Amino acid sequence: MYKIARENLPALYRALAAERELYLPVRKSGQVNFAAWDEGFSEEDLLFGLAALKTVKSPKDVFFPQSETLYTCKKDGRKLTIEPEALKAQDFVVFGMRACDVQGLKVLDKVFLSEPIDTFYAARREHGTIVAIGCKEPETSCFCSVFGTDCTEPAADVAAWLTDDFLYWKPLTEKGEALTGQLKQKGPFARTSEADETQVESEKAVTRRIVERLPYSQLSLDGWDGDATDEKFGDALWEELYKPCLACGTCTFVCPTCQCYDIKDYDTGHGVQRYRCWDSCMYSDFTMMAAANNRTSQMQRFRQRFMHKLVYFPANNDGMYSCVGCGRCVDKCPSSLNIVKVIKAFAAKAEAVRGGEN
Amino acid sequence: MQELIRETKPSASSQALVHRACELLSDGTVARVLGWKKGDLPYNPEPAFFDSAEALSSFTYDAFCGANLSKYMIEASRLEGKTLVFLKPCDTYSFNQLIKEHRVDREKAYIVGIGCTGKLSGEKIHALGIKAVEAIEGAEDGMLCEGQESASGKTRAAEEAAAAAEIVAPADPDAVLTIQTLYGEKTCAYDEVMLERCHVCKGKEHKIYDELLGQSRETKNADRFAEVERIEAMSPQERFAFFQSELSKCIRCNACRNVCPACSCRKCVFDSNKFDSSQKANVDSFEEKMFHIIRAFHVAGRCTDCGECSRVCPQGIPLHLFNRKFIKDIDTFYGEFQAGEDAETKGPLTSFTLDDAEPGIAEGR
Amino acid sequence: MSIEAKEEFRPKIVAFCCNWCSYAGADLAGSSRLGYPADVKIIRVPCSCRVNPMFVLRAFEKGADGVILCGCHPGDCHYSTGNYYTRRRMKLLFSMLDYIGVENGRTRVEWVSAAEGVKFSTTMNEFVAKIHSLGKNVRLEDLRCKN
Repeated sequence: MYKIARENLPALYRALAAERELYLPVRKSGQVNFAAWDEGFSEEDLLFGLAALKTVKSPKDVFFPQSETLYTCKKDGRKLTIEPEALKAQDFVVFGMRACDVQGLKVLDKVFLSEPIDTFYAARREHGTIVAIGCKEPETSCFCSVFGTDCTEPAADVAAWLTDDFLYWKPLTEKGEALTGQLKQKGPFARTSEADETQVESEKAVTRRIVERLPYSQLSLDGWDGDATDEKFGDALWEELYKPCLACGTCTFVCPTCQCYDIKDYDTGHGVQRYRCWDSCMYSDFTMMAAANNRTSQMQRFRQRFMHKLVYFPANNDGMYSCVGCGRCVDKCPSSLNIVKVIKAFAAKAEAVRGGEN
Repeated sequence: MQELIRETKPSASSQALVHRACELLSDGTVARVLGWKKGDLPYNPEPAFFDSAEALSSFTYDAFCGANLSKYMIEASRLEGKTLVFLKPCDTYSFNQLIKEHRVDREKAYIVGIGCTGKLSGEKIHALGIKAVEAIEGAEDGMLCEGQESASGKTRAAEEAAAAAEIVAPADPDAVLTIQTLYGEKTCAYDEVMLERCHVCKGKEHKIYDELLGQSRETKNADRFAEVERIEAMSPQERFAFFQSELSKCIRCNACRNVCPACSCRKCVFDSNKFDSSQKANVDSFEEKMFHIIRAFHVAGRCTDCGECSRVCPQGIPLHLFNRKFIKDIDTFYGEFQAGEDAETKGPLTSFTLDDAEPGIAEGR
Repeated sequence: MSIEAKEEFRPKIVAFCCNWCSYAGADLAGSSRLGYPADVKIIRVPCSCRVNPMFVLRAFEKGADGVILCGCHPGDCHYSTGNYYTRRRMKLLFSMLDYIGVENGRTRVEWVSAAEGVKFSTTMNEFVAKIHSLGKNVRLEDLRCKN
């Protein structure tokens, strides 16, 4: 493990950005989101970004951008040319992801890296190195522990921990070692002592104790697995739960694992750009086909989101849920709906049924 | 089940509203109640329909019940029987506007106008660095309800409350929230974490109701157009830079549109796949500006300035700055107009005078 | 931008003309041999109030440098009142464009009757000159349209 003094963080960013692209959380117009490094970022906005537990949008769009061009058709007289968009070839680093975000990428990997492989995503995964920071002071809406994620031990290429004075840095994979090797030569890296390691461990322990006391940490996923389709799909509860839903796409767009996309054409006046952009199962034209749409009501669309996260996805991916408990949807839903309330409502109903039987 | 909603004593304002709702349900005046349901955190109640006294046990009306319920009445107007809807003073403007546009059925609504003491923003509390919230003290009541304990005589109590309802208590700048968090007790001023719209409140008078319950507290302490004027005073370059930086945050989630009580088209032009307009891409260069200009334009003259768009924006974009610019311009060019003031007056973009100002003449600048 | 400035700038102007007055005014300008720059592309609409604010924005998006609307004089609308609504809508839209920082003067509304071939010609000449002085529209153009 290595350590970097906090005041050397800007130097670290510059060293990172010198030979590769760097994405990191930064505050812009009051909100923290991941952005490509810019020399113009103020130290204050960077510090604020680093301290913020959750970016508004998850870092998913570094690997799977909200919109990206796939190919461009150009018309020149009678000649028509088609140019596929180049795949990512430049190495980059994503600095400051969190354990839940890293778990989110594992979910995306299941989708985009299984056959047929999504080449755009695969190229980004190949060229990207992830430096993730262990969480401190988790928030009300966090529930990553429910999905077995330890927020103090991010499983990234490099795990890092921030204390009052230092950023601790520990490469975990080959990519992480390679990055560390490059940086060590010019960066302000120092070897850690045993005392350092004890301090990091003790801070982790404090965080873990707080995690246990978070309001959502005791959430039970009983009854939610790949075999629950028949039982959950037809439940009358959905009719009640969806009612306040506004059918906006906030939950899906801030989510680190939502991976549905739409493919559309943009007419530039002298050609066509075919692009893909995130889609939301909350939208009325979601999975629209030539004939019609197979989900005709908001209840069905609402149900789709939660069934996908908690039933269909685990059914097809060895039990892996496609929710990571980051809590962004909990914070951002305009109607204060969220996956936790859905899980609790089903649990309460099951409880009532059990009570009725006794 | 420890993760179920922690049982807390219902607040006085919740009790008063539940009491009245139960009466109206049991005497058959209404078939259901539209209100707010207790959340699973101290600050996240959700809009909900209730159809029985048992269901109402999860009802709440606290300082976090900011959601404007008017738009849900479009759906409720299609249901059998009347729906009791609780409307805060600013929500009644939206309801009037929906009547004017024939989107809700007045006969299907039983409106209980309720008091409002200013609504709070969980985001603003979070922005103060207050996290891992366990309980919030000082936000339990959404309105002032005096002598609530003695309210046993049914209709008479309601009448008394109604008579007293439009009395507005003076602002309480010293009100404080005490917040218990896993990181210790924190406090913040009520004012500081109030929604932007409450600082520029249009007034605590209900514009449409069947009866009134509870009292309001004055919250207005800022000028509604001050921010717009500040932007107008900037140079074009600065204005462009300001809106560019705000709008580039937009993720095209459509929350602003979907929550808006004035946006009630069955099929939005931005959802139409018959034209070139349903572009979901979030492209910094133009798409977002177009979306937000058109969104605000489509509700110009109909927007009551209820502030829901800014409340729900996940990226904290001050969307009201678009709507308020249109309102300000309408006031300047065509005379003061408040959408939703009543359910009859023609809107400024559906009427004209023979000597309106010409578009060519730039105003002021 | 400096490179573009060196090339001769030919502004792209979109003119929405109402079928009953302004389009006939343009015709008259043509048959009277009154010139107006070829940079003006006319789109005929049934009435000036047919012009949705989105038309104006789309024109800018796809590379227009100026947008002008022409309709019957107030009081002369073929449909009685259409242009009165146009007047209010465009007043608000133009004010909004100014508000978000688009240069004032890229948009204009002018009333041109079927008999005003001269006015049509002078209006277009003036407008093109104005856009010429403002330069290329960069603030409302979609970058995707550039490639």
